[in-house]
Amino acid sequence: MTAYLLKRIIIAALTLVLASIVVFAVMEILPGDPARLMLGLNASADQVEVLRNQMGLNAPLVLRYLHWAGGLLSLDFGRSYTYSVPVIDLVRERVVVSLPLALIALALSTIIAIPVGVFSASRQGRAGDTLAMGAAQLGVAVPNFWFALILIYLFAVWLRLVPAGGFPGWSAGIWTALKSLFLPAIALALPQAAILGRVARSALIEVLNEDYIRTARAKGLPYRTVLWRHALRNAMIPVLTILGLQFAFLLAGTIIIENVFYLPGLGRLIFQAITQRDLIVVESIVMLLVAAVILINLIVDFSYAIVDPRLRAIPGKVRSGFPSGIAPKQILRAVQRFRETRNRSRGRQ
Amino acid sequence: MTLRVDLPEETLAGVLAKAFGNRSFLIGLIITLLVVAVALLSFVWTPYDVSRLVIADKTQPPSWAHWFGTDHFGRDILSMIMVGARNSIAVALVAVGIGMGIGVPLGAVAAARGGIVDEALMRLNDLVFAFPALLSAIMITAIFGPGAVNAIIAIGIFNIPVFARVARAGALAIWPREFILAARAAGKGMTQITVEHVLPNIATLLLVQGTIQFALGILAEAGLSYVGLGAQPPMPSWGRMLFDAQTRMVIAPWMAIFPGMAIVITVLGLNLLGDGIADILDPKSRRRR
Repeated sequence: MTAYLLKRIIIAALTLVLASIVVFAVMEILPGDPARLMLGLNASADQVEVLRNQMGLNAPLVLRYLHWAGGLLSLDFGRSYTYSVPVIDLVRERVVVSLPLALIALALSTIIAIPVGVFSASRQGRAGDTLAMGAAQLGVAVPNFWFALILIYLFAVWLRLVPAGGFPGWSAGIWTALKSLFLPAIALALPQAAILGRVARSALIEVLNEDYIRTARAKGLPYRTVLWRHALRNAMIPVLTILGLQFAFLLAGTIIIENVFYLPGLGRLIFQAITQRDLIVVESIVMLLVAAVILINLIVDFSYAIVDPRLRAIPGKVRSGFPSGIAPKQILRAVQRFRETRNRSRGRQ
Repeated sequence: MTLRVDLPEETLAGVLAKAFGNRSFLIGLIITLLVVAVALLSFVWTPYDVSRLVIADKTQPPSWAHWFGTDHFGRDILSMIMVGARNSIAVALVAVGIGMGIGVPLGAVAAARGGIVDEALMRLNDLVFAFPALLSAIMITAIFGPGAVNAIIAIGIFNIPVFARVARAGALAIWPREFILAARAAGKGMTQITVEHVLPNIATLLLVQGTIQFALGILAEAGLSYVGLGAQPPMPSWGRMLFDAQTRMVIAPWMAIFPGMAIVITVLGLNLLGDGIADILDPKSRRRR
């Protein structure tokens, strides 16, 4: 197992380094001189040159990359061109909006998806299952920003229950702040719940076909007990690992939703930064999100080994292209199914 | 452990009979054909001219004259949805083409060569997957400027690893089969075997993935247009219409409702179609693959 975990860590680190090179290269080929941008149009060439030297923009490419990447490691992203404050300060301000939003959405999606999955799996092929999975099929097709608009119309404009947008800040009281995160969280959660519900259903159906379930039934346990205590517990392994994967995409998914609700989170920050050509902010946020995705994937890989004791005995032969080479078939299939369904919903991230 | 029994080749009539007995496939096919028909129809006829602004008719609620109402410039929403379908379909289709055109050869090569080539290609895949797709699409369009072409490229790039993965996984399952061995014994090379035997056998897998990526492309295009990075006005696009509707939700909710429904129905149709094809061609695979 150690070999497996070690390989996962090395691959994750390698991906991170490659990603940073890609981001750096992309920002490098972009037109526009940050020094000129900071000084404005009236600056003389000499002034620009002085500032370029100060900012280290004239150093060789490799040195600049190493300097930038080294900064990333110590969370020193540099200074924003337009705000003239350290990027990390901007990020710190915004992450307290985006992170809770993603967490609430994740919780909501789980609370909805698990019961729906259990319901559907226990009535496989019957009317209730068809209806629930039809709804899930619909949920996968709904763009979350459109769903957000409908929610705003219903709950903010029509019923006036929650604010239509904006964020008062956590200092305005937890309840007030939570209220303004409520609609965005639902908008993010429901399409994700549709995906998770489908995964939970098929994971559960697979478990229900196992021999030990038949044994449990045969020894006279009521169906309800078998379903909730025996089957669900075993089906939770793939569901939990997939939740980890979803979290990464919820984090990125806040980008558009924050724009719908005018929430001052990372998503709005990156859009403002793009329109203001504040590239250092753009590359920092992209790197942060990429690092978060890689880290969460790594944790998911680890959790395969921790959650399922069966895995610890299997030697770590890793099939390339799939992060879960040693996972039991059940998890592999669930992850595969998840990827497939997620691909359909990529558009809403 | 499963025993593999190769069933005799299915006849075309048999497949067709199964296809028309499959609800998912039928509904999906009908919706998809309908959307394509509407897009084609918009080239020759729309109820109103979408390029003409009639300010006197602005933000009219749905009526007999304007079934879906009008927008803030007095343009007919139904006509705009019809023309917008072209944009959505074109962007998603070309993006799928880019993904297949580059991804499938990469995946096929990875499966055929194995070893370090395979490892390197799959690591590259991991790299692209580490970038949240929409975030990168936003970056690409922000860098090269907004517009339909750049949206296509951005979405297409993220289709490449998806198709590479599917092609590789499918090809890996084909390579150990006896008929490949026979082909090798007959002296065929890697490339020839891939083209003549492997690709035809994974074509259905690719077709299913293609419909899924097509649906995804439509959602992605809508997302990009919604944040102003997709098709530029005056070209009508569904995402852009939703953006215009956002600030007018209170006075003209129909401006948001109908374009959104167009997206949902189209994506739903394609997803059902994909599920249906997967079911028909391989009932054992259920939704797995």
